[in-house]
Amino acid sequence: MSRQPYVRPVSKTTWYMRNGRYRKYMLREVTCLLVGVYCFLTIWALAALAAGADTWNGFLASQQNTVMVVFHAFALVYFLIYQAFDWFKLAPKAMPVQLGEKKLPDRYIIIAHYVAWAFVSLFVFWLTGVI
Amino acid sequence: MAIAKKAFVWGLFAAGGTVTAFVFPVLIALFLIVALGIVPEGLRFENIYAFATNWVGKTALFIVISLSLWHAAHRLRVVFHDFGVRMDNAVANAVYLVALIGTVLTAFYLYKI
Amino acid sequence: MSMRQMELEVMRYDPEQDDEPHFQSYSVPCEDDWAILDALNYVKENIDTTLAYRWSCHMMVCGSCGMMVNGEPSLTCKTFIRDLPDKVRIEPLENFPIERDLVVVLDDVMEKLRMAKPFIIRHDEPPPEDQEYTQSRAALYKFKQYTMCVNCMCCYAACPQYALDSSFIGPAVLALAHRYNIDSRDQGKSERLDLLADHDGVWECSFVGACSEVCPKSVDPAAAVQQMKIDGAKEWWKQKLGGGKS
Repeated sequence: MSRQPYVRPVSKTTWYMRNGRYRKYMLREVTCLLVGVYCFLTIWALAALAAGADTWNGFLASQQNTVMVVFHAFALVYFLIYQAFDWFKLAPKAMPVQLGEKKLPDRYIIIAHYVAWAFVSLFVFWLTGVI
Repeated sequence: MAIAKKAFVWGLFAAGGTVTAFVFPVLIALFLIVALGIVPEGLRFENIYAFATNWVGKTALFIVISLSLWHAAHRLRVVFHDFGVRMDNAVANAVYLVALIGTVLTAFYLYKI
Repeated sequence: MSMRQMELEVMRYDPEQDDEPHFQSYSVPCEDDWAILDALNYVKENIDTTLAYRWSCHMMVCGSCGMMVNGEPSLTCKTFIRDLPDKVRIEPLENFPIERDLVVVLDDVMEKLRMAKPFIIRHDEPPPEDQEYTQSRAALYKFKQYTMCVNCMCCYAACPQYALDSSFIGPAVLALAHRYNIDSRDQGKSERLDLLADHDGVWECSFVGACSEVCPKSVDPAAAVQQMKIDGAKEWWKQKLGGGKS
């Protein structure tokens, strides 16, 4: 009897269409584009800040339009779902905590992340005078 | 013992991912507030300038932006791979170079402020 | 006990006849409490004796009956027909070459299993005759979940990075290596690091997490791999700063 194993082809470009799990993963991975965009937006802001009050006010004015409102709103929701909350959800896998013989339930680690996140957010809002 | 360079790269990626998860929602929210035509007290020139002049503010801004850039660059490298681009060395050089340029620009502008 | 007529669409491949696999349908009168494996056994005994598939224990211990059931990597002995629609598609585990019908070639993973040194390595003197290395319960619970792995390889069938590049060591083997790395009796971590923290090791994982979701034994290979990445990153800094052992 001869062996002749059959290797099923895997598409290198469309493999993630195979199931929902993979598609969700890809939606998470592309959040890196948003991170890049906001990094360079912030660098642009720093450049304006370094150039003086007029440039800074000009920069703020340039940001005030409907297109940016829509983009930021979309980015905020997308980023929260696919990066921030996902990151908190996966944190206990990377950093499990064992107390004596018992593993600390994942939800406590996740809750701690949410609390820290709320704290950071409120702190930044306080710092910038939003609240 | 061979620990691949990827250990270093991944360490920065993970640190950056944590930073983005905690800081970027509020950062995006600030951009949104500004876009809506509201300039909060803390973003008026005098106040934000004072913040960025302070070394604590400078350090915080630099760490957040550079780690986030690195996070984005590394993940983008994986995204290229996942979409079927197999020139990993070229992709890695390109994305890390962009992250490096961003980091240098950040340091430069913070230095000028 | 009531009966239910199920249609099984089974992937067939005969290396001596076929150029590529095709599907064959079997109509199987199933009892309510059957697992997919029972239905396959019915086919083998009553309809088509040429159907090839692996199984042994029928109780989630041997790990040999892993197959794709409606696209999901599953142990067919614990995948019950009451949880499935009337029409079920059964394929050999994805990401492995097909030997025949539902039987896949596992040589690659078996070789990797050996490379990971899944046994306790000691550098100290061995314990005196007739004695054992003692371990606290707390130390045992640290790695106990990883010992539940039955090498069914469902995690490999779920892993897209293994699908795209089979040089990646993959979930089950990495989880098993991690199991020994965090065993308080083991001293072989640095010997495993060569393999695990090198290019085909943990860094090829992009944390899709599918391995942990499909594991029929609730092992969490994705968690093991992330913890190993953190370890690897720490070790890298230690070595650069001169504090690490070589």
